[in-house]
Amino acid sequence: MKGILICGELKEKKITSVSKELITTGKRLSSVLNQPLDLLLIGENLQNVAEKVANLGVDRVLTVQGPEYSDLHPERLVAILTNVCERINPMVILFGQTDVGRDVAPRLAAKLRASVCMDCVDLAFDEASNALLQTKPVYGGNAIAQWASTNHRPHVVTMRPRSEKPAEPDPSNKGKIEPIPVEIDEAQMRSQLMETTHQEDKGIKLEEAKVIVSGGGGIGGREGFDLVQELANVLGAAVGITRVPSDENWMPKSLEIGQTGHMVSPSLYIAIGISGAPQHLAGCSTSKLIVAINKDPQAPIFDMADFGIVGDYREVLPALIESLKDLKK
Amino acid sequence: MNIIVCVKQIQDPEIPASKFRLDEDGKKVVPPEGIPPVINPYDELAVELAIRIKEQHGGQITILTIGDDSASRVVKHALAMGADEGIILRDQAFEGSDSFSTAYILSQAIQKIKELDLILCGRQAADWDEGLVGSIMAANLDLPLITLAESVDFIEGRLQVKRVILDGYQVFAVLPPAVLTVSHELGPPRLPSGWGIITASKKEIPVWDANFIDAEQTQTGADASRKKLAKLFIPARERKCEKIQGEKPEEAADKLAEKMREAGVL
Repeated sequence: MKGILICGELKEKKITSVSKELITTGKRLSSVLNQPLDLLLIGENLQNVAEKVANLGVDRVLTVQGPEYSDLHPERLVAILTNVCERINPMVILFGQTDVGRDVAPRLAAKLRASVCMDCVDLAFDEASNALLQTKPVYGGNAIAQWASTNHRPHVVTMRPRSEKPAEPDPSNKGKIEPIPVEIDEAQMRSQLMETTHQEDKGIKLEEAKVIVSGGGGIGGREGFDLVQELANVLGAAVGITRVPSDENWMPKSLEIGQTGHMVSPSLYIAIGISGAPQHLAGCSTSKLIVAINKDPQAPIFDMADFGIVGDYREVLPALIESLKDLKK
Repeated sequence: MNIIVCVKQIQDPEIPASKFRLDEDGKKVVPPEGIPPVINPYDELAVELAIRIKEQHGGQITILTIGDDSASRVVKHALAMGADEGIILRDQAFEGSDSFSTAYILSQAIQKIKELDLILCGRQAADWDEGLVGSIMAANLDLPLITLAESVDFIEGRLQVKRVILDGYQVFAVLPPAVLTVSHELGPPRLPSGWGIITASKKEIPVWDANFIDAEQTQTGADASRKKLAKLFIPARERKCEKIQGEKPEEAADKLAEKMREAGVL
């Protein structure tokens, strides 16, 4: 077994930021192991995007193309990946902890009987013990575990978004593009994908936002979010929520930040009426600056924040909105 | 519809970070005193979904868990919510099992249960947060798998499963039997009723061992683990919160805005 295989993801014909982060991780591993780094792309009409990503520092861009390959059916992806792995026999297979990675990595590991570690924030190879060291938050971020895998190769790993810097293009170093013909027996597929619905995003994407204003259970109802939105507008920020507003249907579930929702890492994260449950903090604790506004001085969110105001958001936010408007002038 | 729900008991994930303790040398979590383990919240939602399906289509719900004596607590909780039967899988050989071994033990037990349309489990356990067991179980049993389910319909002999994606949802159709992992979007689980608690307390919960489910020793326990825990530690909290005071909200807000400007994040 040799090499590192990155399962790349595309969005609107462009490589995703998470996939570029995986290349950064992969490059580091490949230089320690002195083994090749391959980026796999699956979809339709991949020639242009393959050309574009070839200079991100990978040895090869492998493309598996087919008209029906863009609907991302997990069973089809596993069939393709199994086929590719049989051909190139990689030692490490990297996914992002994304919709696709969460679903497909465990399936692939089960199929290959491989070792697997989900949602890692760091990955290294220890030459002395010949082990892949996989570091991940556990117990809702209360602890960090480092797992060592030696046997049961290949090692399947998913990496949490924003764990590394995305790889930058280097025009002097161009990887080879190699199409891989893969035939899938569609009759083997057990489930049928009937519908995929993406909710329209009205505002800024959470993962890409530089500033995020989030509201939790302390907001108390749908109406309170008008004030949260107003603050977001002044800051040019995206709006996020915790589990309670999602469960109570105050706001769309698709805005949830946390371990099971969006994982964000903005420059500024303003947490309003958020107590700071571990599973929420897991999704935002890597933000550069965290500001907490909460009535309860004992709320755990203050342990995670750089600045805090103890007070009712209904009084603090209107004042803060005015202060920020004044600063802009 | 005959449904098996696999549940795990874990340390209460809602305990505040300040009460969380580790034995770093022993690479173990130290259970907080006086706070009993609970059913993994995602598995509790799998029980909830099973009960919703049963309410619509009838059938039988069996709870399956691996564990020692204290495991009966989480099984009783699920029974009190509305499940019908419980089974505990217990054997010294099971101790220290990883996700692959856990899935193997559950799969072996499930093969003993004849009539079966659905196997449910939570999307992940809120302790190690891997989200692997359901997927490996589906592979072991050669059953179709749909992850992150939020609701299930039964239409013309097929299951229609709505599953969560980050910015929306997907619908998959599949012939039963199938394995589903359940996400929290289906809404909070019901509380056990008084009557439920009484019936659950009277129910016998059989215990099955490795021998009974034909589990091979080489496939279970710490020795079978695919990865070893090298380190376990509490991350350093580098942030120190500066609480901003003010006579009035306006004053505090002005100070905060200035701090944010100084930090260069505006």
